[in-house]
Amino acid sequence: MAKKKEKAIFAPIGINNDDGGKIDKAVELPDPTKKTHKQLGLKNEQVIDMFELMYLQRRFEERAMQMYQKGKFGGFLHLYIGQEAISTGTVFAFNDDDDIITAYRDHGWGIVRGVTPNEGMAELYGKATGCSKGKGGSMHFAKVENHYWGGYGIVGGHIPLGGGIAFANKYKDNGRVMACFLGDGAVDQGALHETMNISQLWNLPAIYVVENNGYSMGTSARRHTVNEIVDRAKAYGMKSKVLNGMDVFTVYEEMQKIAKDVRKNSEPWFVEIRTYRYRGHSMSDPQKYRSKDELAEYQKVDPIERVKTYILDKDIAKEEDIEKIQEKIEDTVLEAIDFAEDSPFPEDEALYEDMFAGEPHFHK
Amino acid sequence: MAELQFREAIKHAIDEEMELDEDVFVMGEEVAEYNGAYKVTEGLLDKYGFRRVIDTPISELGFAGIGVGAAMNGLRPIVEFMTFNFAVLAADQIVNHASKARYMLGGQVSIPIVFRGPNASAGQLSATHSVAYDSMYAMFPGLKVIYPSEPNDAKGLLKSAIRDDDPVLFMESEQMYGMKGEVSEEEDFTIPIGKGKIKREGDDVTVVATGKMYHIAQNAAKELAKDGVEIEIIDPRTIKPLDIEMIIESIKKTNRCVVVDESHPFGGLASEVGFLIQREAFDYLDAPVQRVTLPDVNAPFSKPLFDLWLPDAKNVVDAVNTVTYRK
Repeated sequence: MAKKKEKAIFAPIGINNDDGGKIDKAVELPDPTKKTHKQLGLKNEQVIDMFELMYLQRRFEERAMQMYQKGKFGGFLHLYIGQEAISTGTVFAFNDDDDIITAYRDHGWGIVRGVTPNEGMAELYGKATGCSKGKGGSMHFAKVENHYWGGYGIVGGHIPLGGGIAFANKYKDNGRVMACFLGDGAVDQGALHETMNISQLWNLPAIYVVENNGYSMGTSARRHTVNEIVDRAKAYGMKSKVLNGMDVFTVYEEMQKIAKDVRKNSEPWFVEIRTYRYRGHSMSDPQKYRSKDELAEYQKVDPIERVKTYILDKDIAKEEDIEKIQEKIEDTVLEAIDFAEDSPFPEDEALYEDMFAGEPHFHK
Repeated sequence: MAELQFREAIKHAIDEEMELDEDVFVMGEEVAEYNGAYKVTEGLLDKYGFRRVIDTPISELGFAGIGVGAAMNGLRPIVEFMTFNFAVLAADQIVNHASKARYMLGGQVSIPIVFRGPNASAGQLSATHSVAYDSMYAMFPGLKVIYPSEPNDAKGLLKSAIRDDDPVLFMESEQMYGMKGEVSEEEDFTIPIGKGKIKREGDDVTVVATGKMYHIAQNAAKELAKDGVEIEIIDPRTIKPLDIEMIIESIKKTNRCVVVDESHPFGGLASEVGFLIQREAFDYLDAPVQRVTLPDVNAPFSKPLFDLWLPDAKNVVDAVNTVTYRK
């Protein structure tokens, strides 16, 4: 291919570079924590709960993918597979009334914050029983009563919303911490930078967390953004940290420390959690921009296998206990599919519902 | 009644609502220490302090979105834009988030926010500072748009806007801030959103005009009265929801209509009102509806060109003469 011999003019060249099959790692993972779960203050049961929650997110999405491929529902489907340690470690580290908001890769976040598999699957199917009544679909999972403010579809658009949620928390002095999760692609949006500046200026109790999964859709992080992402914090004098996002204990340990600091000092943080997106950007992505070797490299450090191995090595549970959990989750997810399929679509009247909190008006 | 400047009427509305509700706060560029770029928020910092009157950086996208997030999380923000010409930078937050988040999440959030500031042209400021945005925002479901023409309307409608549980865009004008008018001193005075007002009665032609254009219509009315033509001026005050019933009732009497709209001609208030009239009052019309708008060209700087660009009373008189076949 002539393309391979081309030199970069603007951005660095990606998979078609000429250095001969070298694995172009999109992200370098920092070392995980060396602490055991006991040193982190986690009980045996909590470690099992973490595994269960991560496995639920994984199987929910793998089954959702199958249903999508069978043509059971339409729209986009951005999978979180590979990133489950981040959502799980964070909710274990946070108080239940701390606020979480994210972008459109949001199924995992919904599940860890109480969107039931039934409600989630029904939302994917566009059913009235979905968490957002079938109005939002894959990109708009939300459970506001549990302080999970939802997924949002405009890259970077939800970042100021996160800032505003934190602003209201500070205004009301309610002690809540807000964490806004965004992808590495959103780092290039002005909305992040305006929000970071204002957050530091106003000392908002906010954590802006980049889930750097290596790809902004099909463009590797090395090709879409300059320097290290975490260094953006320096420009704003903001506290920052880089974490290994493939290890749930690391995420738990560090997010707990950060949340504690935010609660105490009301100063924002910028955190880059390095992870890896196993699947394409969405279901229509042929993934020609990365090598199979690279994907295989990251699957070796799979966050769910990692915690499972830990559980077995530390004798927290036996292989058959794990299998029982997995079977239970399999049943739960299959039931969710049945629930979604059996659920009704919204009634025609629902088209005009949920537009207004006050008196509705529709121009005709 | 008390005689107040337009800016004072707006300030009184904000002040009264801030007194009533601890969750109401103001933020925007220069609203606090500078006392407002156009002195609308003068004195509010002294009265309410830095927690509730907040200066923002020049980051329209950022602070508009922070306003939306704060509204979702229980506050009632009043977000001031120095002009709606700058709010274009925040359009993603107004159009994609304020107007859509509730629906996308199946009704799980409400967004009681007011975006306010001057709209449209303010003299020789060239192309980027001179656009009327009311019709553009009115296109989006979920947004209410108010563009009052007089201090009393401004006060009553802004208080309603602040109390509204959904997003409202409240538009003013740099050139009207100093304008004086009688303002109700009635306790808890409000004007319902979506109700127009007949501001001049007449039998010959219905003229629809709001915001700055209302005053041009009044000037035209004086000229036309000299020739014995009496126009009825309807100020919808709210662009959306639009009080089309009031306009239709007037046309049933006058059988003729001119719409004066500060927007460019394509797809603005004038187009929409024209469409609604042909649908609702086709059999009552004795002449095609005419409109007076900006031309389909950007605002020029040069004074003679600017004067040519901005609608004036003569344009309204000409349009009235057209619908009455007087020329």
